[in-house]
Amino acid sequence: MIGTVPSYRRTGSALHRTRAPVAIAYCLVLALPAVLFDSPIVLAATLVAVIAAALRAGVGGELARAARLAVPLAVLVLVVNPLVSQQGLTVLVDGPIVPVLGNLDVTLEALVYGAVAGLRVLVLLLVFALYSACVHPDHVLRLAGRVAPRSALTASLATRSVPLLARDGRRLAEAYGLRAGVRPAGGMRERLARSATLTRALGAGALERSVDLAAALEVRGYGAIRRFPPARRPWSRQDRAFALAVAALAALGLGARLAGVASFEPYPLLGLDAGSIELVFAAALGLLAIAPFRTERAGRG
Amino acid sequence: MAEPLLRLDSVAYRYPGAEHEALDAVSIEVEEGELVVVAGVSGSGKSTLLRAAAGLVPHFYGGRLAGRVSVAALDTREHGPAEIATVASSVFQDPEAQVVMTSVGAELALPLEARGVGGAAVTRAVEETALALGVGDLLERSTHTLSGGELQRVALAAALVTQPRLLLLDEPTSQLDPVGGDELITSLRRLNEEWGTSVLLAEQRLERCLAAADRVLALDRGRLAWDGPPREFVAWAAELAPELAPPAARMFSLAGLGRLPVGVKDARAELRRLGLPPAGAGAVARPEAGARRRPRFPRRRGSAEAALAVDRLWVEFEDGEPARQAVLRGIDLRVGAGETVALLGRNGAGKSTLLRAAAGLVEASAGRVRAAGDVALLVQSPADYLVHERVEDELAPALVQPVLGELGLAHATGRDPRDLSGGERQRLALGIVLAGRGIGGGAPPAVVALDEPTRGLDRPRKAALAERLGALAARGAAVITATHDVEFAAAVASRCVLLGRGIVMADGPTAEVLSGGRYFATEVARVLWPATGAVLPEQGAALLCADVGEEAVPA
Repeated sequence: MIGTVPSYRRTGSALHRTRAPVAIAYCLVLALPAVLFDSPIVLAATLVAVIAAALRAGVGGELARAARLAVPLAVLVLVVNPLVSQQGLTVLVDGPIVPVLGNLDVTLEALVYGAVAGLRVLVLLLVFALYSACVHPDHVLRLAGRVAPRSALTASLATRSVPLLARDGRRLAEAYGLRAGVRPAGGMRERLARSATLTRALGAGALERSVDLAAALEVRGYGAIRRFPPARRPWSRQDRAFALAVAALAALGLGARLAGVASFEPYPLLGLDAGSIELVFAAALGLLAIAPFRTERAGRG
Repeated sequence: MAEPLLRLDSVAYRYPGAEHEALDAVSIEVEEGELVVVAGVSGSGKSTLLRAAAGLVPHFYGGRLAGRVSVAALDTREHGPAEIATVASSVFQDPEAQVVMTSVGAELALPLEARGVGGAAVTRAVEETALALGVGDLLERSTHTLSGGELQRVALAAALVTQPRLLLLDEPTSQLDPVGGDELITSLRRLNEEWGTSVLLAEQRLERCLAAADRVLALDRGRLAWDGPPREFVAWAAELAPELAPPAARMFSLAGLGRLPVGVKDARAELRRLGLPPAGAGAVARPEAGARRRPRFPRRRGSAEAALAVDRLWVEFEDGEPARQAVLRGIDLRVGAGETVALLGRNGAGKSTLLRAAAGLVEASAGRVRAAGDVALLVQSPADYLVHERVEDELAPALVQPVLGELGLAHATGRDPRDLSGGERQRLALGIVLAGRGIGGGAPPAVVALDEPTRGLDRPRKAALAERLGALAARGAAVITATHDVEFAAAVASRCVLLGRGIVMADGPTAEVLSGGRYFATEVARVLWPATGAVLPEQGAALLCADVGEEAVPA
């Protein structure tokens, strides 16, 4: 599972070359509509914008890997919501009454709202994947190190541990298959038992290494770490373009929210604004998200 | 008189819960500008000595410390590792556990930024240190894409970037190939001479570093057994601690030559002084010297006769940085039953990939690998096999007693495998892979492949491993060992295959391959070069005795 969490990969895209604070802000504003709006139109547009941004940044593969975790989670939300939410008037399945849980009717409204919630989970996880793959963790550390250096160091170690743990996990699984008398796991129970054994071993190995790592941190003097000095670097074309996109996306999202655009009422009956203004809003989200990547072409030209 | 940079005064230390002292009445001094090598077998206290000098003992590890340790007049009882770090930097064995950042440039900048240094000073220090350590090309790379050897050099650069007065190194060459190991020692000597950095270096493979040392300390079960110049150390070791004597010194000792050398250059000078220049080109050690202990399995015989047949094997990886690359480029190899083969080559030459392809763990882009039966592979890290909480749980119940008994681990049955020493872990891993098929009963598999099995092992444990592998070969297994340790290769293999950039660069009897090069050659072979055929001290001594004849050798 840990292999689904993407790590930073340099591709030389405009987003990768953008200074960390702006790149972080860009990822945050991409996630903003998923937080502000319930409308499936806006959520779908945001999903498209995130995927388009990832493709332009050259990290589509990382997003696809993250989707292996995000999609099942989204489906789980979709499935669970109609079972636990008894709101809505359009009953699709007349379920039984179960003690403690109550009535298990499945309504169209709860099903649709489950899909919306699942879509929101998907968008947020993919935005996080985009951030992980495109924003250099060392730059984030340097940024955070100006305020809270120890916390930043801890965060950096956690970031570095992700690919390290993934590699350890692969090695452990491989070595397990090389043991004398070991055959491929048959049934589900056997597979689960083997996974549990390897996960425990992975944890034990990580703890063992953490002791050595803690010793290394001590002897490097990181226990007495100071606030990082500020890095002076002029604003580049990419920095400016992404900063503008951040401002425009934030203004657009907040403005639309305040103006009541793209409202969605799941209960008691579905009510969705799907007029031309919503479609323009959705299109604007996508266009603004990929607009700053045009600096790549300008740079090459 | 000036205070020594490092002083240990009657130091005794015991780890929490330990039965014995790890250091016992140790008193040493290291002066400014000295390069001191710490020798000793596993468990002799080398690492503990370095930890005491870094302030980790007792501040980090706890335990009971007696005596006094001071670094640049800072008493480690009063000053913790963070304060000691302002004058002394440490590099440990496992580079994975020392690197903090995700890119090399940031890793080198961090120690300076953590001290509040910024701007151009950081850039300059990072650049200069990277150039000094040969990692300038790696500055933009992600740390998780580096090989073990590259990572070790980065860890060393990060330790040096603050320009410490004292550098504490715990077996820094253990992950490096012979070329990388030699380069690292050369870099250390240069830093020592030009930057004035004092170095305290714990090392198993003394032949690599003795010639660069000003002084040698030898530890034996926590006690200081020797403290003196390298030349006197080799004489002492040859007589009283042969497990620490480097190969050239052992060769001289066996040949009865008086003054034992501390390195290749010294040995060659001594031979010239004795009127024993290395035999001329083409000279070959006599067959009774044991250079070819087993008949070599001929190459290119029918694949039906080979325990392992590799045909035009081509393997490529997509590894992110650098992009897709060919690791093996059309390898042809035949290994016969009962043959012992050493795979040599630089980091990244393709040794591990070849073994993994043999075990079916790597998919070939082209070509094929066929084995006459099972292939048992022992991967680099023995800890990867240790997944249970008790040693006995690692094996099938019926095999616990026979396997642990044969490996000398019966005492550890109920212990947590992760509490075992490095040598014990390595033996247990071998037992897990070969349980019931060569160890603890049963016939061995057709191929036994081992990837860097000697990392962290001292000479007696390497000798025991070589003996065990020889026994498996004698029972019909083709034993293939990928190693950076040319001395171990000379001891264990009847044939050596040298890989470079994914192709076979040399393939022949051990005595030929290991005496025909400059880096992938044993110390004895380098001393006797251009003579070929003698790679072990016994063989070299036989060659020298043949030159000396019956005459007495002047001391």
